[in-house]
Amino acid sequence: MTETALKRTAFYDLHLAAGAKIVPFAGFEMPVSYRGIVSEHTAVRQRVGVFDVSHMGEVLVTGPNALEFVQKITVNDASVLAVGQAQYSAMCRPDGGIVDDLLVYYRGPEHYLLVINGANIDKDFAWMQQNAIEGATLVNASDDYSLLAIQGPKSLETLQKLTDTNLSTLEYYHFAEGEIAGVPAIISRTGYTGELGFELYFSSNRQPSETVWNAVMEAGAEFGIEPTGLGARDTLRLEMGYCLYGNDITDHTNTIEAGLGWITKLDKGEFNGREALAAVKAAKPSRKLVAFQMNERGIPRQHYKIAADGREIGEVTSGTSSPTLSEGIGMGYVESAFAKSGTEIAIVIRDKHIPATIVKLPFVKKG
Amino acid sequence: MNFPSDLKYDKSHEWVRIDGTAGTVGITEYAQSELGDVVFVDITASIGDELAPGQIFGTIEAVKTVADLYMPIACRITEINTAVNDAPETVNKDPYGDGWMVSIEIAPDADLTALMDADTYAASVGK
Repeated sequence: MTETALKRTAFYDLHLAAGAKIVPFAGFEMPVSYRGIVSEHTAVRQRVGVFDVSHMGEVLVTGPNALEFVQKITVNDASVLAVGQAQYSAMCRPDGGIVDDLLVYYRGPEHYLLVINGANIDKDFAWMQQNAIEGATLVNASDDYSLLAIQGPKSLETLQKLTDTNLSTLEYYHFAEGEIAGVPAIISRTGYTGELGFELYFSSNRQPSETVWNAVMEAGAEFGIEPTGLGARDTLRLEMGYCLYGNDITDHTNTIEAGLGWITKLDKGEFNGREALAAVKAAKPSRKLVAFQMNERGIPRQHYKIAADGREIGEVTSGTSSPTLSEGIGMGYVESAFAKSGTEIAIVIRDKHIPATIVKLPFVKKG
Repeated sequence: MNFPSDLKYDKSHEWVRIDGTAGTVGITEYAQSELGDVVFVDITASIGDELAPGQIFGTIEAVKTVADLYMPIACRITEINTAVNDAPETVNKDPYGDGWMVSIEIAPDADLTALMDADTYAASVGK
């Protein structure tokens, strides 16, 4: 593999000024942390934090057959969306393997915005083009958008100072096209943290991007706002049990075994992977993605083995030390017979079997 | 960054404080800063174990990272700091003090020349 130059988001200099530790991620130089993962994690759970997630990809789908295209490539039913509504979904291959998980935004008649994972932009767009249909135009607009996530109990109060859009009436998984600090933006009541939060899509030009960042930091100052890196983004999502593509879901896992049956609408009509997914559902999956909590000291990590009855029954896909619980938590695939909550398992950490228990999600319950 | 001049350092970012034939081992300020929030210290060696230089004596875990602990010098383990089990953040706050890992008795034939002084170590990590 040849090395390609890493890209920078419009906020790169601001990250450095804020003391960020920068790592390569999804082809970008991204901030993994600023003051420390635990401090940033706590800021989002208790106050408000700002994430630069501009590495995410945006694909515009327009034209008379835009809905037909979205219905073909995604597993959820986009026909139920009203304008201004967003939906969590996934794209599957004919064998049911997950190409990516994504958000589908219904912006207006014949106009959808698909938000995909940064590491998958090239793969996803190639897949979409392979599956293109007449009357649906695809534009990879990933480089045109900055994306900031403002998350935490004080996110609404922070952002309301900067916009005329009434944020308190914006429901979960709804969005409005308005302005933030005078910059035109899609204001979406979505996030990856389990907290009250918003995601803002706007021009990736440096000036408007810096305007929004600085305005958000200033508006949130009275609440103790903190810039928050990818490290805390991972611990926050894992405490809620949200899947991460590349860890918990991949080309080699399907939505049924991943616990994403709730977004897999087998009766919506034909779509990529429908037949395979229906077969998995009918036969019951042989393995399932589960959540577990360590009973003793130990931190599960990706690729650690899961054991029970003295033999290997699966593998960890995500694991960390939960900053909220101060305990090891994780997710992984296990043989379906061991998937029930309350089942005692063990995580193999440096050749030792450390006991753990299958639990229901989320790990961290919110009021 | 602070690299006390009375300590010796190895390239895997441990320090050793030598006091006659006795010693104390921990990780450097640079190491704790690279790791981030330390959440678990797992000393796998036991008191009485004889270790060669470069041998793994435990594992240190931050939220995102796992790193092995390497013994800088030939020795026998005499004490393990169990206080960092309950307060792993001590390693971040006081890496040269309360955040120490193990006490050792230095082997009579131990080679001290392989260790770096503070200035050489600081230069090696670009600080």
